[in-house]
Amino acid sequence: MTGNVIDVRNLSVDAIAKRGERTPIVQDISFSVAPGKVVALIGESGSGKTTISLACLGYARPGCAFRGGEILLDGSDVLQLDLVGRQQIRGVDISYVAQSAAASFNSALSINRQVTEIPQIRNLMSRDGATRKAAALYGELDLPSPETIGQRYPHQVSGGQLQRLMAAMAMMCSPKLLILDEPTTALDVTTQIEVLQAFKNLVRENQTSAIYVSHDLAVVAQIADEILVLKDGRMVEYGPTETIITVPRQGYTRQLIAAAHVMPTEVTQRASRGAGAPLLSVNGVLAGYGRQRDVPALRDVSLDVRAAETVGVIGESGSGKSTLGRVVSGLMTPWKGEILLRGQPLAASLKQRTRDELREIQIVFQMADVALNPRHVVAKILGRPLAFYFGADRHAIESRVGELLELVGLDPAFARRFPRELSGGQKQRVNLARALAADPQLIICDEITSALDTVVAEAILDLLVSLQDRLNVAYIFISHDISTIARIADRVAVMRDGEVVEAGPTAEVLRPPHHDYTDLLVRSVPDLKVGWLEAVMEHRRRTGQQAAGN
Amino acid sequence: MNILSVIVQRLGLGILTVLIVSILVFVGTEILPGDVAYAILGQGATPELVANIQERLGLDEPAHLRYLAWLGELLRGDLGTSLTNGAVLNDVIGERIGNTVLLAVVTAAIAVPLSIVLGLVASTRPDSAIDRLISTSTLALISVPDFLIAVLLVSLFAVQLGWLPAIANLNRVDGFLEYARVLALPVAALSFTVMAHMARMTRSAVLNVLTSSPIEMAILKGVPKWRVILVHALPNAIAPIVNVIALNLAYLITGIVVIESMFNFPGVGRLMVEGVTTRDIPLVQAAAMIFCSTYVVLNLAADIISLIANPRVRHPK
Amino acid sequence: MVEHAATALREFRRDLTPTATLCLLILSLILLAAILAPFLAPYREGEILTTGSFVSPGEGLLLGSDYLGRDLFSRLFYGLRLTVAVSFMIAILAFLVGCSLGFLAAVLGGRFDMLISRLVDALIAFPAIMLALIVLTALGPSIPVLVVTIAFIDSTRVFRVARALGVDIVVQDYIEAATVRGERFGWLMWHEILPNALVPLAAEFGIRFTYAILFISALSFLGLGVQPPQADLGVLIRENMQGLLYGTFSPIYPALCIAAITVSINLLVDWYLRRNDASSPEDLQ
Repeated sequence: MTGNVIDVRNLSVDAIAKRGERTPIVQDISFSVAPGKVVALIGESGSGKTTISLACLGYARPGCAFRGGEILLDGSDVLQLDLVGRQQIRGVDISYVAQSAAASFNSALSINRQVTEIPQIRNLMSRDGATRKAAALYGELDLPSPETIGQRYPHQVSGGQLQRLMAAMAMMCSPKLLILDEPTTALDVTTQIEVLQAFKNLVRENQTSAIYVSHDLAVVAQIADEILVLKDGRMVEYGPTETIITVPRQGYTRQLIAAAHVMPTEVTQRASRGAGAPLLSVNGVLAGYGRQRDVPALRDVSLDVRAAETVGVIGESGSGKSTLGRVVSGLMTPWKGEILLRGQPLAASLKQRTRDELREIQIVFQMADVALNPRHVVAKILGRPLAFYFGADRHAIESRVGELLELVGLDPAFARRFPRELSGGQKQRVNLARALAADPQLIICDEITSALDTVVAEAILDLLVSLQDRLNVAYIFISHDISTIARIADRVAVMRDGEVVEAGPTAEVLRPPHHDYTDLLVRSVPDLKVGWLEAVMEHRRRTGQQAAGN
Repeated sequence: MNILSVIVQRLGLGILTVLIVSILVFVGTEILPGDVAYAILGQGATPELVANIQERLGLDEPAHLRYLAWLGELLRGDLGTSLTNGAVLNDVIGERIGNTVLLAVVTAAIAVPLSIVLGLVASTRPDSAIDRLISTSTLALISVPDFLIAVLLVSLFAVQLGWLPAIANLNRVDGFLEYARVLALPVAALSFTVMAHMARMTRSAVLNVLTSSPIEMAILKGVPKWRVILVHALPNAIAPIVNVIALNLAYLITGIVVIESMFNFPGVGRLMVEGVTTRDIPLVQAAAMIFCSTYVVLNLAADIISLIANPRVRHPK
Repeated sequence: MVEHAATALREFRRDLTPTATLCLLILSLILLAAILAPFLAPYREGEILTTGSFVSPGEGLLLGSDYLGRDLFSRLFYGLRLTVAVSFMIAILAFLVGCSLGFLAAVLGGRFDMLISRLVDALIAFPAIMLALIVLTALGPSIPVLVVTIAFIDSTRVFRVARALGVDIVVQDYIEAATVRGERFGWLMWHEILPNALVPLAAEFGIRFTYAILFISALSFLGLGVQPPQADLGVLIRENMQGLLYGTFSPIYPALCIAAITVSINLLVDWYLRRNDASSPEDLQ
């Protein structure tokens, strides 16, 4: 007996293809969780962090299989348990909180039915007892009306609440080990903090040990005692939180820290460019979805973009920031208001814009992999705008495609590849190259780094900056991440519920005093410092600030 | 929206569908280019016979009035008279509809539970030996026409072994065993195809549910296997399974027409085929309305059941 | 396009199972037999060779004679030819109509989509055989009527598949990227949507083709489809049913031909679709 709650030793997991070939996805992982401690597994997509956390429950996803190692829970190996044995420990000794509670709750059963199920079927509590315990946990997690919320169905409560309800479900049998798998990733930044604080209190007060899985080092620093850094299924670095974030030994860890440790207020802003008459003006735009015009997505929005500058548009989900991009590009026709390009009114609908007007405004989408037609090679993806806008011939297209690829930092040989043969970052570069092929004056970047891993996203941001310096193109950069905006934007517009609540040069907007909501956003960016969470929550209590979407 | 108002809305939609079906049936049987009467009589058309038929079909009136008259009679429960022998269709069909219902109900009672069990077994063990067996054999069964299965069954059990009658004569049978003997081959032939379709669709519907996040969550929180399937998966699978059953009634109806003819079974399906051969328009119209309305009503029932099974409808925000 | 076809072909060959290979082989043989029927059949289609009905297989008559004393083996070739040809026409026609309307509805959306989707809903509320029987009552059985009628019924199913595919593709960002570039309808259809729909449409074509074979055979079997003296496989079964009482297997041969085609196609389609099938969690197995 080691005295640890769980000991993972040399764990390896394989992926098994339909034809039976095995490829390792997790190799040789060892760590342990001491009583009352929180260990964080941190890594980017494909690092194997979820696979490891599921292995602790003795579970391998369909298409995966354990290859070796042991996971000792109270001295017995979880991986050697039979089906019944695994069922016995799950929910009682070890419990799991999934990334998306909205997807993981069963929509056909009431919340209480799901929360109180395990203690009841294991005969640990009576029905009434379980219901009372659940209500107590709801209260502990700061959920509204804890006595009755459990009678509702999952679709009747919000995403942030569901995430907390799932934590309550996991805590019902007071497990020895709690596994939290990216539990705040699907939430808006301002909500994330509240949920994070609730989890932290829960773990501390119940003296529960936990494994916290995340891609976000700053979030992890708030809750974890130890951090295990993963890359491509292997361990990179493992140690106490303080040590990892202050004196990282590995290059990869330092890279992660550099990417994570960007506070909007500490960013060194670029020298402001863009002067003179606006390239694009959005004036009093009112727009929305559906036929009834009672809930507009944009209410009286105005915005100017000057040549060769970057305007950042920031907001949480539902703020209307993406709608703004769609209206400017012509994908959506506004109900009211006008858009001017160099002072000339631009037709509201796509069909009425001239080919040259279309060429001058390009858009790059968030999801790189669905923005490229999977049946076209890169040469065709980049060649089409050249043929379409400039009527270029085959020879001219061929050489220009090569140039474009080099411009975005890709080998010209990539022209022959299909999108599925590219990585996420490479796809986003091709997306950018496609926009550049049109030789535009303005590129709308809609959350183009949000779906990328931090290190890859960094490189894309650098590319955007260098392209702007060389080509004098203007960007409307739409993002939910204020740190990214702070890094790249000359001027910022903060959006909430379809309105621009604050706008101006980046330095001015981000430096206090600013609008309440901007303040909330700025303060919600997790700082890579131990104790930051408590400080923010304290500030929120003092000022009475509350998350937007809750 | 209130659940009751949703159901009422669906019922209204169902009535509308039956109305559209009636229009299609009427128009479909009367889309003849030129004169219906000549087409029906073919070469043996004499002016008297033509006049006779025109009068009986009411062809001197405009089409929409004829449709309304026909619909009015239908609603009053009057199916009209046969064109070939002047028999009252209510009597002719009334005599046989019981037999068809018997055939359909017995088939459904055997095929539905069996195929759902097969589909469930296959979906909980994808790619296992039993899944492959079920999947391959059902695939083979949906690929062969039902009359081929009937032919094989007849040649084996009626001709070679002589155990069962090849012709389903219901006039001289009494007693349960006799009925069972006569029905055995038609029901078996029908069940095979219907069952195969239903089992396959059940498999994919349930597999869809079993690979969803809520089911993974239930497993991860330690719910025992049988409880995962019954308590967590089943409520989500009810709607798709009910829809699968309703959808397959179309195969059952097609099957009934073919199998009744094959076995000389005295039902509405065979009657309708005879009607098509003799181009007895009123008979075909009546039979088509009966089959189609039944189908629409059963689909409507499935629709309402899946609505009730949907928690978002039952517990609106 | 060429490169993509090459990779697709390589993956296709790599994943090919023995069953799938066998199915491909059977289908090629059947197709060959149908095309070359006049050269392969030992006798002409209507040639009466003996006076006896249902003569047992033997000299010169590989599968025996039918009720009129014609060579069953030769008639099988011609029956197969007619069945394959008619079913193929039905499937092609159904696809032309169903696909173009389905994609149009998906791309245009709005009122056009509403109108045509509701119409298809109403038509699908009809069991297919009812629609066929109704039209046959009115127009009488003839091959053009059969082809158009069954293709019409089938096109409603194709429409649903094509529309669903189209709707899935239309919401993809790459379509939006092309739209915002200013691309016209034709480019969107041919270059952006169609290449992504080809694979599932090919599978659907297989399913529709087997459906057409089963449907036309069933109608012929009922005496409502192809009319003698022409004979497709369904008519051959009908004509030779009496043979069972004479102790021959004469109706079984045409039936087996039908089954060989449809089973092969279905197995192929099934294999093809299963390549990307999900698996359920081990803990439930």
